[in-house]
Amino acid sequence: MTDHESTLTTRHGDLLPDWVVADSRPGYEGVIVPVSRLIEFAFLLRDKLGYDLLSSVTGVDYLPDGKMEVVYHALQTIGGAPFVFKVQVPREDPIVPSVVPVWPGADFQEREAWDLLGIRFEGHPDLRRILMWEGFEGHPLRKDWKEPYYEEDAKPYKSRWPEGHVRRAEDVAPLHDNVQYPPGFDPESWTPDGDEALYRGLRKYLEDSGSELKTDRLIVNLGPQHPSTHGVFRMVVVLDGETIVDLKPVFGYLHRNHEKIGERCTWIQNMPFTDRLDYISSMSNNFGYALAVEKLMGIKPPERAEYIRVMMAELTRIVSHLVAVGFLLNDLGAFFTPVLYALEERELILDIFEAVSGSRMMCNYFRFGGVARDLPEGVLERVRDLVENRLPRKIDEIDRYLTKNEIVRTRCEGVGVLTAERAIALSATGPVLRASGVPYDLRRADPYSIYDRFEFDVAVRYHGDIYDRYLIRLDEIRQSIRILKQVLRDIPEGPVISGKPQWQVRVPTGESYGRVEGPKGELGFYVVSNGKPNPWRYHVRAPSFINLHTLAEMARGGKVADVVVILGSIDIVLGEVDR
Amino acid sequence: MNGMGVLKGLAVTFRHFIDTYLEDFKAGKKRYFTEEGIRQRASIEAKGIFSIQYPEEKLPVPEEFRYIPFLVYDEGENGERALRCTSCGICAKVCPPQCIWIVRTNDPVTGKPVPAPAEFYIDVDICMNCGYCAEYCPFDAIKMDHNYEIASYDRFKEHIFDLNKLSKPASYYAKIRPANFARETAEREAKAAKKAAP
Ligand code: SF4
Ligand code: SF4
Repeated sequence: MTDHESTLTTRHGDLLPDWVVADSRPGYEGVIVPVSRLIEFAFLLRDKLGYDLLSSVTGVDYLPDGKMEVVYHALQTIGGAPFVFKVQVPREDPIVPSVVPVWPGADFQEREAWDLLGIRFEGHPDLRRILMWEGFEGHPLRKDWKEPYYEEDAKPYKSRWPEGHVRRAEDVAPLHDNVQYPPGFDPESWTPDGDEALYRGLRKYLEDSGSELKTDRLIVNLGPQHPSTHGVFRMVVVLDGETIVDLKPVFGYLHRNHEKIGERCTWIQNMPFTDRLDYISSMSNNFGYALAVEKLMGIKPPERAEYIRVMMAELTRIVSHLVAVGFLLNDLGAFFTPVLYALEERELILDIFEAVSGSRMMCNYFRFGGVARDLPEGVLERVRDLVENRLPRKIDEIDRYLTKNEIVRTRCEGVGVLTAERAIALSATGPVLRASGVPYDLRRADPYSIYDRFEFDVAVRYHGDIYDRYLIRLDEIRQSIRILKQVLRDIPEGPVISGKPQWQVRVPTGESYGRVEGPKGELGFYVVSNGKPNPWRYHVRAPSFINLHTLAEMARGGKVADVVVILGSIDIVLGEVDR
Repeated sequence: MNGMGVLKGLAVTFRHFIDTYLEDFKAGKKRYFTEEGIRQRASIEAKGIFSIQYPEEKLPVPEEFRYIPFLVYDEGENGERALRCTSCGICAKVCPPQCIWIVRTNDPVTGKPVPAPAEFYIDVDICMNCGYCAEYCPFDAIKMDHNYEIASYDRFKEHIFDLNKLSKPASYYAKIRPANFARETAEREAKAAKKAAP
């Protein structure tokens, strides 16, 4: 039993019903709930104990035990550690009641668990595939599912050494042979079922427009190829004139099964892959994954490494928010001038990343127990220059440039409103949640690394509209600059990694959930180790993906031209949404 | 609504516009196509136009910059090459996308492994430039390159690098990564001295 769990059970011990049992597997935490009483427990947790935000839902395939487990992480928006609870069902035909009625923010995550693991969520309003294509055969995250170019269960592959006669992936799995179709499937004549289901779900709106004026309602597809979507992303909207009646996002076009790759890789091999999730903020992704694994290994980085980590994470936040603000203006039609102004500072920060980590975007800089290398000479001075002079000036300039601009204000104020209650219910995190008046920031709510040492304010805005989501990003950049100044003041000398750098690490059995306040929201890594060189389960709680729940909510009743800006104000990166 | 916000915003744009010319006048000819000019435009003081006219101009890369690994060999007096690689296989095992392929040499007589690679391939289409191979090689035998201009017309012919294409002299390594080279050499020498001492 970990410390964490014992405090939880003492904290809520007498409030928890006796039909839940503590998860007593070594290295595990939380409680196990009987499937039949899951909904009852969920209501109790939300209404009696105040766990109002469901952070993460995912499944784990325990193939050797013939069990499928669904793992939930719920949290209180007043702060504190997440509460972990699980249900276990047989692996064949796993059926679990859906918690969407309790926490609507479980919607996409349950769909994902159905899609990738084949867990059926009874009572889910729209249980369709979400990342894989409709008509796909099987559930790829199941342990017995094998890809067409399957080589071995786990890396390193034996074919690489000592008899590594090179061959190309294409030669092993030639084109046309590298996809598995279900029996009787003909790609020429097939029409996607799922699209039918998608339209069926929206068709109810077509029948009755309810207005006196006889108007026709239309279903319009924005995307997947559309300049406004920041990647390959599709929005199916029902329009009444110009007004949006309902919207459904469709994504997964960039899906590569990051999690399956993660379970094939060794622990350390996953680090560079996390760079590719939200490629704007790779340092932050590294951070989350390193925390999760360090928690399992029971190690802590040395002081200097902690400071370097915070420095990199805050610089990343600045980069990401600058990009978000710049592209938001693009979406408003201010084509590319604001973006390019924002990108100037980003380039300077990326220069620093490049000098430190060797790469501008795919940094791969964090290691378990520290960082890859110390800061090269001159870097601290450059960061100091940036932080003390250039960045504050730049933010003021952006402020002068855009904030009072009447066009920006008319397009953004009062548009795409998300209330605090709905933001929490839909599991929004990050700037989206804070712009709706909920001051929830992990750096304060459940401090990790050394964030408890720094003085900064949790930025919060109260209108929940696009304008506030723009302003809050400027606020947060200012706070990051504040943190960076303190980092520069206090950073000590010393080693940057605890112990010797190792290419193979031993990770004890157990589970852990590492989370950081990424620029886009709570970025969580849920990992399960069975003591082998590879993770048994590797799950990413992607903030961009989950924040997309709020898109339909914000867009309903708005104009079709605004949906583009609303999407921009959520700030998604499809590398992370689709994983 | 009086349009003042828009006007103030336009003033910012105008400022940027003017800055570009001011900087150009101030720096004169040396702002473009000179090393100094490039350095100035990439520095924290940069104002006005920021961009680099690639490929005529190139941004200098920092020492840690990493792009596709190469194998280091030491040069003997008569120009013979001594690859540092012992074909221990660590890089092939740690490589995340598994794009390193090594065939170990076996002694033709005894059949026992010899510490040198018979073949060494890197599929550069798959390499993700993570730098792990260089980081974890115990013999400083594989290092990340700085040359990022490796585009070619035929990927099937050119994109699997073999021993020949991968090998580069230690002097090249010393040139692109002077600080790392000096540190590693010092460490190796210290170790050797320790071994030699009784
Ligand atoms: S390059 Fe280094 S790590 Fe790779 S096989 Fe050779 S000696 Fe071993
Ligand atoms: S840089 Fe990374 S991906 Fe490329 S060969 Fe080395 S270990 Fe493999």
